[in-house]
Amino acid sequence: MCLAIPGKIVELDPHNAHLAVVDVVGVRRRVDLGLLQDEPPVPGDWVLIHVGFAMSKISEADAADQMRTLTMLGETEAAMQEVRGYGLENEEPDQSSQRLKQ
Amino acid sequence: MKFVDEFRAPELVSKAGEEIRRLADPNRHYRIMEVCGGHTHAIYRFGLKDLLPSNVELIHGPGCPVCVLPMGRIDDGLSLATQPNFIFAAFGDMMRVPGTHGSPLEYKARGMDVRIVYSPADALKVARSNPERHVMFFAIGFETTAPSTALTLMRAKAEGLRNFSVFCNHVTIIPAIRAILDSPDMRLDGFVGPGHVSTVIGCRPYDWIAKDQGKPVVVSGFEPLDILQSIVMLLRQLRKGEARVENQYKRVVPWEGNRAALRAMGEVFELRPYFEWRGLGFISQSALKIRASYAQWDSEQRFSVPGVRVTDPKAAQCGEVLKGVLKPAQCKLFGNECTPEQPVGALMVSSEGSCAAYYNYEHRKPVTIASAAAN
Repeated sequence: MCLAIPGKIVELDPHNAHLAVVDVVGVRRRVDLGLLQDEPPVPGDWVLIHVGFAMSKISEADAADQMRTLTMLGETEAAMQEVRGYGLENEEPDQSSQRLKQ
Repeated sequence: MKFVDEFRAPELVSKAGEEIRRLADPNRHYRIMEVCGGHTHAIYRFGLKDLLPSNVELIHGPGCPVCVLPMGRIDDGLSLATQPNFIFAAFGDMMRVPGTHGSPLEYKARGMDVRIVYSPADALKVARSNPERHVMFFAIGFETTAPSTALTLMRAKAEGLRNFSVFCNHVTIIPAIRAILDSPDMRLDGFVGPGHVSTVIGCRPYDWIAKDQGKPVVVSGFEPLDILQSIVMLLRQLRKGEARVENQYKRVVPWEGNRAALRAMGEVFELRPYFEWRGLGFISQSALKIRASYAQWDSEQRFSVPGVRVTDPKAAQCGEVLKGVLKPAQCKLFGNECTPEQPVGALMVSSEGSCAAYYNYEHRKPVTIASAAAN
């Protein structure tokens, strides 16, 4: 829960402006970008992820540092379990705006 | 990118250790608190104590959200969740935390619908897919996770999703530090400030610790070198008689924090007049409650909560350990009745709890950074 997991933004979700696909050591999941709305990341940017939300933009070198930190702390398994557990990958496109229209 | 398995710059780690020994006045005993549970975990895992002279003592702080949550809140949350058509969703860290009548996992074994989620957004998704049932997200954490809960509530409101609510246990770190500094049995010289909390709140909220209390604060990263460098920075200030807030973790922590995250928290939360912390008791304005404008999505405003207060099991001394008055192994239950496999107290559950960290690493003495640096 308190782990910061580094990931690379692969693509922005064309249907949901606040979601993006990130790659964390080969595992791809959707995360929420809403907490970075002041400086929205673009594909290729690296971010630190907390509980499914991108929390800060970082450099690639810092992302590598954070990976090493997780490894050193013996938390890689927990981090990957968390990332695999993010359930947003099957979300219907832009459900919220559909609901608002109803 | 791959995970890597080497320590960063072991020679620099040794140098930082030497610098600490050079800076520490042998006629003085330094008590430095690392506030964050992630730092506590790292300190034990890498055996950093072995690199410090005996007069530089690290005191473990209250920054483990699972550990500081009093049992009454767990009982309250679980009692709500025994209603029909209810789904109790929480982070995995919560699942083995004991309540009076069992942990969430034990409630699940008895047939209650308890689900692990890795994000509050996933709890919202469970609500969307189960429109006939109510999904309650049992939210815990400091400012690291509170913005995500806030944004999730904003999304629930925008969608008009009625079968979702949050049982909010979010706490804030500054009042806990104030309570510790006010405690008469606690003398501290400085603080290793939390890393990830500070990505949200920035470094300014620590100013009063330096200005009013005269104690230096260094916001720190989590690698052994980060923590040792932070201790070097603290000792340099102490040697010069200074007290400032410094940022060792500049590569991740902006001085001003994350404004968008703070805005989301401000939109959804307000301060509770007081909140109970395990070990520290009631601390005023130390926790977040959901604003009336989000009452529909607040489990406590929507349902009737018993408001249980329970004391910890008598023999367990979680409170004393949390305050840094006792070391984990000085608790009577440590390693006998209370182990990570069969935890009696919450400090043994979370990997960031000082008891679990002490049990896993100090007990077993794995290859530490100290020995790696020596080789």
